[in-house]
Amino acid sequence: MYDVFIGPFVEFEFMRRALVGAIALSLGGAPVGVFLMLRRMSLMGDAMAHAILPGAAAGYLLFGLALVPMTVGGIAAGFAVALTAGLVARFTMLKEDASLAAFYLISLALGVIIVSMRGSNVDLFRVLFGSVLALDDPTLILLAGITTVTLVALALLWRPLVLDSVDPGFLRSVSRSGAPSHLVFLGLVVLNLVAGFHALGTLLAVGLMMLPAIAARFWGRDVTSLAAIAVGFGIASGYAGLVLSYNMETPSGPSIVLMAGVVYLVSLVFGPHGGLVPTYWPARHREA
Amino acid sequence: MSTVTIRNLTLGYDRHPAVHHLDGRIEAGAMLAVVGPNGAGKSTLLKGLAGAISPLSGAVEMSRSDRHAIAYLPQAAEIDRTFPITVFELVAMGLWRRTGLFGGLSKADRLAIEQALAAVGLTGFEARTIGTLSGGQLQRMLFARLLVQDARLILLDEPFTAIDAKTCADLLDLVRRWNAEQRTVVAVLHDMETVRQAFPQSLLLARRAIAWGPTDEVLTPENLLAARRMTEAFDDHAGICTEAA
Repeated sequence: MYDVFIGPFVEFEFMRRALVGAIALSLGGAPVGVFLMLRRMSLMGDAMAHAILPGAAAGYLLFGLALVPMTVGGIAAGFAVALTAGLVARFTMLKEDASLAAFYLISLALGVIIVSMRGSNVDLFRVLFGSVLALDDPTLILLAGITTVTLVALALLWRPLVLDSVDPGFLRSVSRSGAPSHLVFLGLVVLNLVAGFHALGTLLAVGLMMLPAIAARFWGRDVTSLAAIAVGFGIASGYAGLVLSYNMETPSGPSIVLMAGVVYLVSLVFGPHGGLVPTYWPARHREA
Repeated sequence: MSTVTIRNLTLGYDRHPAVHHLDGRIEAGAMLAVVGPNGAGKSTLLKGLAGAISPLSGAVEMSRSDRHAIAYLPQAAEIDRTFPITVFELVAMGLWRRTGLFGGLSKADRLAIEQALAAVGLTGFEARTIGTLSGGQLQRMLFARLLVQDARLILLDEPFTAIDAKTCADLLDLVRRWNAEQRTVVAVLHDMETVRQAFPQSLLLARRAIAWGPTDEVLTPENLLAARRMTEAFDDHAGICTEAA
């Protein structure tokens, strides 16, 4: 038992680093994922993850696999796409999903072309699937920093974000904070996707953001508990995925996301709020 | 306390007027019903008063402090009823102007919320999520939020549509109470009986004002017939209106 579940983390520093990285990702990303889900933007996270690619790829093209240029490039590209799509949605008749789809397709095509201009298969693999077992100090500090910024910003924006999701018309009638808080929120999505990109790669960056959040929907009744449950699910998936990866010699990033997927499937079947079993085989009803 | 002055107001969409050259005053503490056929611009007028849309021309004039003390209940509130939030929390949002982004709820605030829920007959619903409410209960909850907002000007867009007679009577009592407290109430209504019973002032709208004044003098058969003659469709080739702007 010890050898399977605890030993790897005691013995190897890279396993400890990977675990810390997964915890940091979950703490910041999962609450963001909860709001993405509640605002019916679940798929947007996936689209945004692709939007980061051309920026990160440009950084890679100019400087190779270096933390700072790829981070700055990814953040810049992500912000550019998120803000343009958000602004187009606010000020034209196009809905956010449509305008986002347009912009992310453009940036995905651009990203693939840039990556193909230079690059070995190993590097490409790393860009696509991340390198959670090779997180160095600067990368860990970056992840922790992004998580800190995210948690502070969410604390500040909690009320307008909730109200803008549940009753946007009312928020407009009492406050002008709707549009700015939405834009800041999109910024948080980008930051967390860049964090996810370093650990899990561009294809799975949304994994620890969306899967725990969606699974939490079956267990929580209000936004606060949803966020807390999602963080817990994320950390548990990170740990279980690393254990799986170490013992079965599976790739670590996909293992983590797969474990989050298992949590989701279990929640889908047994979750007390709208899961399959409680919905279709309900317990005996009450008198009133 | 001041009045709302509507000065040559035109509101609309894509340059087509939905409310056309409206002039008038809503006195402080008035209880005004806005009536008229579908497409007459009633909801548009309320949006204009609430500041949710800006005028194509003309203006809605009110004091700055009044502009910040408006409570507006839209016809079909854009509420996402699947959102996981409790009745208590949603009603508490009526306190936004006091609490802002970060302010906490004081004991008095909590008491005000409890009292508002009691006034609309939703005591015991505090911890329910909004997705479990019926249509009438949802409307009662929105009225509780209006109560908590403690506004001087209250705009109601078809507040009694699709709710049962008991709920309608209860909510109408609340509206009367607001008026007794010297608040200004402007309500879009379809039921002429309700208007005649409860609203001393009426505006009969068919894009333009057909009549505005004491309800008895506004809701005459001739006026109602004139309102029904309004054409509903916008004309895409209509010329530019040259009436004095």
